Amino acid sequence: MVECVICGAEVTKPNDAVIGELIICPDCGTELEITGLDPFTVEEAPQEQEDWGE
Amino acid sequence: MSVKVGFLHTIIRPEEKMLIKELQSRKDVELEMIDVRTLHFNLTKMNFEFDVIFERCINHSRALHALLLYESAGIPCVNTSKVATVCGDKLLTSIALKDNNVPQPEVSVAFTEDTAVRAIEEIGYPVVLKPAVGSWGRLISKINDRDAAETILEHKTILGTYHHSIFYIQKYIQKNGRDIRAFVVDDKCIAAIYRTSEHWLTNTSRGAVASNCPITDELSDISIKAARAVGGGAVAIDIFESDNGLLANEVNYTMEFRNSITTTGVDIPKHLVDYVIKVAQRGSNGKN
Repeated sequence: MVECVICGAEVTKPNDAVIGELIICPDCGTELEITGLDPFTVEEAPQEQEDWGE
Repeated sequence: MSVKVGFLHTIIRPEEKMLIKELQSRKDVELEMIDVRTLHFNLTKMNFEFDVIFERCINHSRALHALLLYESAGIPCVNTSKVATVCGDKLLTSIALKDNNVPQPEVSVAFTEDTAVRAIEEIGYPVVLKPAVGSWGRLISKINDRDAAETILEHKTILGTYHHSIFYIQKYIQKNGRDIRAFVVDDKCIAAIYRTSEHWLTNTSRGAVASNCPITDELSDISIKAARAVGGGAVAIDIFESDNGLLANEVNYTMEFRNSITTTGVDIPKHLVDYVIKVAQRGSNGKN
């Protein structure tokens, strides 16, 4: 469990977490990117850019 | 024989997670995750020990340039840089579709505000103005009359990046609330969905609802032709139903499919991974 980098709420690691995965802070709704699994770390996810897509 | 797959990515969307699980379930696959943000390429030292690169980046520019570099080092890639180049640019896609006689909505291109208005009025309102590079329906405008045309063109000229100085204009097709997304992998149309929305934009990323679309001969035919036109591989084609038959709208080379597995009953990650392994074992994308 870590704190949301924006609002400080507790964020839990998903069971099948992958580095780079996006998760949502349950309190403030911020998109977070998982940057480490052991220890579990998150950062605010990058903002959508002009060339993002499929 | 084991296959070493380099999984090129930035952030991990639900699609990437499904693909990773599928790759991890294969006994003959050695998976290495490659976050493109951690890479640098020295052109004199490009020795990679991958049998294939599976590109799943969310950024088009990083994906394309990384693919060019890996291919330069002799690594087969899914998709190829050629496919990424063509699909990443709506004008290049339209040219490829035209050159291969794939039906598409009428398209016109202009480079100034004045000629763009002329091009729009030659097609007739309404039209859709799109940035050549972009996805998810972002910055796409439906223009219903000259007032709107002049306003949007002026805003794009003054506020847009240089990409927006190329005006890609497409005839608006009355979609009756839906379009089709067809998935083609290795020259086969494996699945298709309807994307239904009350909004004129029918991207699922904008809230359109997915439902199964039966694969007719006509749908399979235009989907495979569109895929071949852009260079083959594994692509998703957006298709309009018009009074004159099906029209290919866009082709996507890093397909999103989170809403298309339960709706179609087709295991899209399995098809993609099968294709990636096939390319690795063949040592190239073959005819594609």
